[in-house]
Amino acid sequence: MNREQLLRQFQDANSRDVEAALLREQLDESALVALLSDAAAPYLEALARRAQTTTLQRFGRTIQLYAPLYLSNECVNRCTYCGFSQELAIPRRTLSVDAVRTEAEHLHAEGFRHLLLVAGESPRAVSLEYLESIARALRPRFDSLAIEVGTFNLTGYQRLVAAGIDGLTLYQETYQTDAYRRVHLAGPKHDYARRLKAVEQGALAGFRSLGIGALLGLAPWQLEAYALAQHGRELGLKYWRSRIAVSFPRIRENAGGRLATHPVSDRALVQMICVMRLALPDAELVLSTREPATLRDHLMGIGITRMSAGSRTNPGGYTEDCAAGEQFAIEDTRSASEVARVLLTRGFEPVWKDFDRSFLAPSCASEVA
Amino acid sequence: MKAPVDLVIAGQIFTSRLFVGTGKFASPEVMAKAVEASGTELVTVALRRVDVHAPDDRTLSALDFSRYRLLPNTSGARDADEAVRIAKLSRAACKTNWVKLEVTPDPNYLLPDPVETLRAAEQLVKLGFVVLPYINADPVVAKRLAEVGCATVMPLAAPIGSNRGLQTRDQLRIIIEQATVPVVVDAGLGMPSHAAEALELGADAVLVNTAIAIAHDPVRMALAFKAAVQAAELARQAGAGDQSAYARASSPLTGFLGVEA
Repeated sequence: MNREQLLRQFQDANSRDVEAALLREQLDESALVALLSDAAAPYLEALARRAQTTTLQRFGRTIQLYAPLYLSNECVNRCTYCGFSQELAIPRRTLSVDAVRTEAEHLHAEGFRHLLLVAGESPRAVSLEYLESIARALRPRFDSLAIEVGTFNLTGYQRLVAAGIDGLTLYQETYQTDAYRRVHLAGPKHDYARRLKAVEQGALAGFRSLGIGALLGLAPWQLEAYALAQHGRELGLKYWRSRIAVSFPRIRENAGGRLATHPVSDRALVQMICVMRLALPDAELVLSTREPATLRDHLMGIGITRMSAGSRTNPGGYTEDCAAGEQFAIEDTRSASEVARVLLTRGFEPVWKDFDRSFLAPSCASEVA
Repeated sequence: MKAPVDLVIAGQIFTSRLFVGTGKFASPEVMAKAVEASGTELVTVALRRVDVHAPDDRTLSALDFSRYRLLPNTSGARDADEAVRIAKLSRAACKTNWVKLEVTPDPNYLLPDPVETLRAAEQLVKLGFVVLPYINADPVVAKRLAEVGCATVMPLAAPIGSNRGLQTRDQLRIIIEQATVPVVVDAGLGMPSHAAEALELGADAVLVNTAIAIAHDPVRMALAFKAAVQAAELARQAGAGDQSAYARASSPLTGFLGVEA
């Protein structure tokens, strides 16, 4: 289906289509479209209940916690929505290995054992060698290390897997090629196909977790949700050893100051998350601190299975007073222990550790454990 | 009445035929209460979830291991090498050579890889482990694993967490018929009746996790599974009547004809 046909179907689907889709055990394409359609909006409660049941069955009463650790805000890309965009006059910095260790120790003390290492795309500042040395420094203390950085080729990703990084997060940002070109003005990220291919290169290299996502607000959300679900399915079929994780970041204000051209309401976000749970029953669904506390609390277990907590989005943000510029403003400002407490009171066990270094070959396992 | 037959695995007698898992619970405290209510003597714990080096690990410290045998499992391992590595860690840290071998390269349905499971089992048995492998309900794989020295086989009833009951019934029947080691039906048992059915089929024990963990009241559900397993065991001892394809009335309609000469 092309974009116009899809948009028409999102408008034309009726309540009977939605009701039939809600009864299906597995969503085919027409059921997916029906549940993302305008007609499904009044069925949000029924959708949420189905999503909750599936989540409970597959993941139990648990939510995995992770923390982003920003390594660098240096970036060669010009992206209209991002606080790290190359042309912005913000204080730039790439943390030294020692500074990263200090930030990581802070997170370790808070209880985190899963880290997401985040950086702008900068072949000079955030090179393979740099990331390898960070992985070597952190792996004795952390069970799972994932990256959300610029793209690399297959050999590059193989090196990072060998260094002990087990997860790759790489958002396509938008699956609408016109919108993609409009917001990615310059730099390697300008190339839509290259970025899409990079996730597969990562899968081939052996990352155990593949994180995908669309930056919500750049294009009509129904189109993005549909594309995300299809992308997740295709990746899952082809690279069946890797777990798929899907994130739902909505555009936040940043130093660039530009706001969403297609704002996504809370209701639409919830609809999207619930549909994704039914379309990809075993995928980790991730919600970051971009979202307000109330929304996050209510979405625990209704699709969402992984959350960040107590996040800082600037290099040095956890341990330094005058750290560098941030990527976006966070909304849920509670500490990790507060979020963990809320999880417990809502009947979920906060899972800090869901992997073990000792699975990995000695070359990338912990030297001290 | 038939005399009760003990369940013996690697020389240890188990009076309860219900084994339980510790994942998916709302908290370690709820988990520990449910484990206690189940009356189990064997508890499996995912090594990837616990910190075996931390004395205050919340899952491990919630359980009283003077009452249960700890069965560390290798869930998360994608091949034999990974499973063997984590089993070695477990033996060193958990002070037990028992291991539930799980090699599940597919993160969705968590179905076991028979080739890698057999490879890992061979290595682990040679290294002195007591190996309880999680397998698909494949009678030939079960035979091969028994041959290399596994202490049990643990075939699945349905995919992990699916609560669908004995979907693999016909294959399980063959595994049980041919078994030379105890058969523990693992995964997919969603209701107490499913557990009873597995024992009625001849399984030596069942392992239950999700059905208890995600129940509204996990402690009560653990009790329900305990009762079902006990009921099935009692029935086994009582000696159930054979099934028949046709009716056998207690007052036969043709009784007046007398016995044919």
